[in-house]
Amino acid sequence: MQNVKVAIRKGKFTTVMQWGGHGAPLLFLHGAGGPMVGAPFLDKLAKHFTVYAPAHPGFGPGEGIEHLDDILDFALYYLDFLDELQIDDPHVVGHSLGGMLAAEMATLAPYRLRRLVLVGAAGLWLEDTPIPDFFTFKPPQLLQAALHDPAGPLGQTLLKQFESPEMQIEMYKCLASAGKFLWPLPDKGLKKRIHRIQVPTLLLWGASDKLIPPVYGEAFLQAIPGARLVTLPHSGHLPMLEEPDAFVQVVTGFLLEDEARSS
Amino acid sequence: MKNHWFHLMPYKYLPEDFQEKYPSVWVDVPSHLYDPVKGHEIYNEYLDELEYADRLGFDGVVVNEHHANAYGLMPSPNIMLACLARRTTNAALIVLGNSIALYNPPIRVAEEMAMLDVISGGRFVAGFPVGSSMDTNFAYGQTPLTLRDKYREAHELILKAWTTPEPFAFNGKFTQIRYVNIWPRPLQKPHPPIWIPGGGSVETWDWVAQHDYMYAFLSYFGYQPARETMKGYWDAVMRAGRDANPYRAGYLQLVAIADSDAKAEAEYAEAAYYFYHRCLHVPDYYALAPGYMTVKSVKSLKSPFRFDFLKELKWKDFVDQGYIIAGSPATVRQRLYEVLKDMNVGHIMALCQFGNLGREQTMRNTELYAKEVMPYLRENLWTEWEDHWYPRPLDARQRVKAAAL
Repeated sequence: MQNVKVAIRKGKFTTVMQWGGHGAPLLFLHGAGGPMVGAPFLDKLAKHFTVYAPAHPGFGPGEGIEHLDDILDFALYYLDFLDELQIDDPHVVGHSLGGMLAAEMATLAPYRLRRLVLVGAAGLWLEDTPIPDFFTFKPPQLLQAALHDPAGPLGQTLLKQFESPEMQIEMYKCLASAGKFLWPLPDKGLKKRIHRIQVPTLLLWGASDKLIPPVYGEAFLQAIPGARLVTLPHSGHLPMLEEPDAFVQVVTGFLLEDEARSS
Repeated sequence: MKNHWFHLMPYKYLPEDFQEKYPSVWVDVPSHLYDPVKGHEIYNEYLDELEYADRLGFDGVVVNEHHANAYGLMPSPNIMLACLARRTTNAALIVLGNSIALYNPPIRVAEEMAMLDVISGGRFVAGFPVGSSMDTNFAYGQTPLTLRDKYREAHELILKAWTTPEPFAFNGKFTQIRYVNIWPRPLQKPHPPIWIPGGGSVETWDWVAQHDYMYAFLSYFGYQPARETMKGYWDAVMRAGRDANPYRAGYLQLVAIADSDAKAEAEYAEAAYYFYHRCLHVPDYYALAPGYMTVKSVKSLKSPFRFDFLKELKWKDFVDQGYIIAGSPATVRQRLYEVLKDMNVGHIMALCQFGNLGREQTMRNTELYAKEVMPYLRENLWTEWEDHWYPRPLDARQRVKAAAL
């Protein structure tokens, strides 16, 4: 994978994307925590797909969030991104906020995407299982809610990363930008549009997700015609980091189904 | 020098173990702790205190706005000023203020403020705070990243509504109105003085200076940080090419006056602890929602945005570090003079009631301030400067008095 600079809408937006691999195009949309730079799961996906993993506007090196007022602006930005980079017939994998975004892209342009994977996706609100106010969480609390095994090696590594002041500022910036689409509650009308999703859709949830609990996966399942829900048993909200092999296997298996069938 | 009397209107009956049992005095403090019968008593007690300040000759009475908060019982401060407009005669009616990003459409604020200005015969001062993160983001659901844009747009609309004598259309990002046309219009021309209360946000200083407004620093944490804040503000004033008129600056100060320095502790320490330990019991995760301040401002924060250090402080610390200016009238007079002179401040907003301080003690504190401190400050500070940020009411002959009951 290499880092590539990208300018969209004549430079109104600029960002850096991780890019590389072989095969059908796959757009990965990261969550509120920011771009997962150098995460091994992206390399693993790149063995089967041409992966595009950009930083969103307002996250990390991404600029231009002042031009986005709401989640629909955000989804249209990514439809322009696909058009301008001439990415045809892509798979879209979205995580958390990125899942909400991917779902909105699919409601706006149902024929523009090939297949959709929503991982621990935001975008709905269930009165009986409110999503906790993670905007108020300190790193230990956040990891407690996000990880299946907060005390394990991944939890330790992430906690250590959070100790640096630069990382705290970066996190502040990411959450500030995420707030534009998720504050105060992450329900911005997707429920009115979700029936328009027509592409084959996989819902992927960590069984121990306490940020957006698996019951939200059930809600997406009921709302999207023909969708499937797979739950990873040893993951929380970050299955691509917690169980990267299983994650890639499930995602790849789903996205390559058509090819497998025809061959 | 102008001397104003500021009320926060705290709830005085939080339980002894409040800090241990509840995470915050703000945002999620459960309202079952509020007894409306006691609330009835203290609203009336507090209004009595503000009216007393007017009778004793204070230049202004000051109220402010908070939400989901047990130390500030004025979600609508304009209601308090409406009560005071008919029962006071000379004091400026100062609201610090209305958090204008919270009102939809914001012309409601323009209308209510115009009403207050007209009822009071032009004694009104309009404060426009951005509002704390607790009030705006958490209690009123505003998106942190766009709060300041919304604030600036609301400010533009209100000013235009006050100063445009014909209906006009307003096409904002947050508010669209086909016919902006407020009745009544404010009495003061071109509009009431505008004060901007702040807690020390860098982005506020330049904006205030550019608009030629007054900056009212709501300081609770003593002289040293206040000095730095006021220096930051005065630097911004100079950058904007304005003069150093001290009436560009206001400063909140807790004041505790007794017959002697020794007696001050006995009379005020309990209320000080109630205020600093119980009323300011706010966790840092409510104090700064991500996006409430710009990344630039967050980087320039010298210390984490938190209040828990207050719990370690004792009366002596409060007094030594200037959180409270306390002691005999002579001590308070001297200390206030030094602080105001040093920071070049023309408007002091004295907090003579704080925490659970009782009515008698508050009245006594107010009286000692009015008789022993106020005249000295008036005579000895800033007599050479003109105050352009104080109301210009109707002439006394034109002003109507409320009929006796």
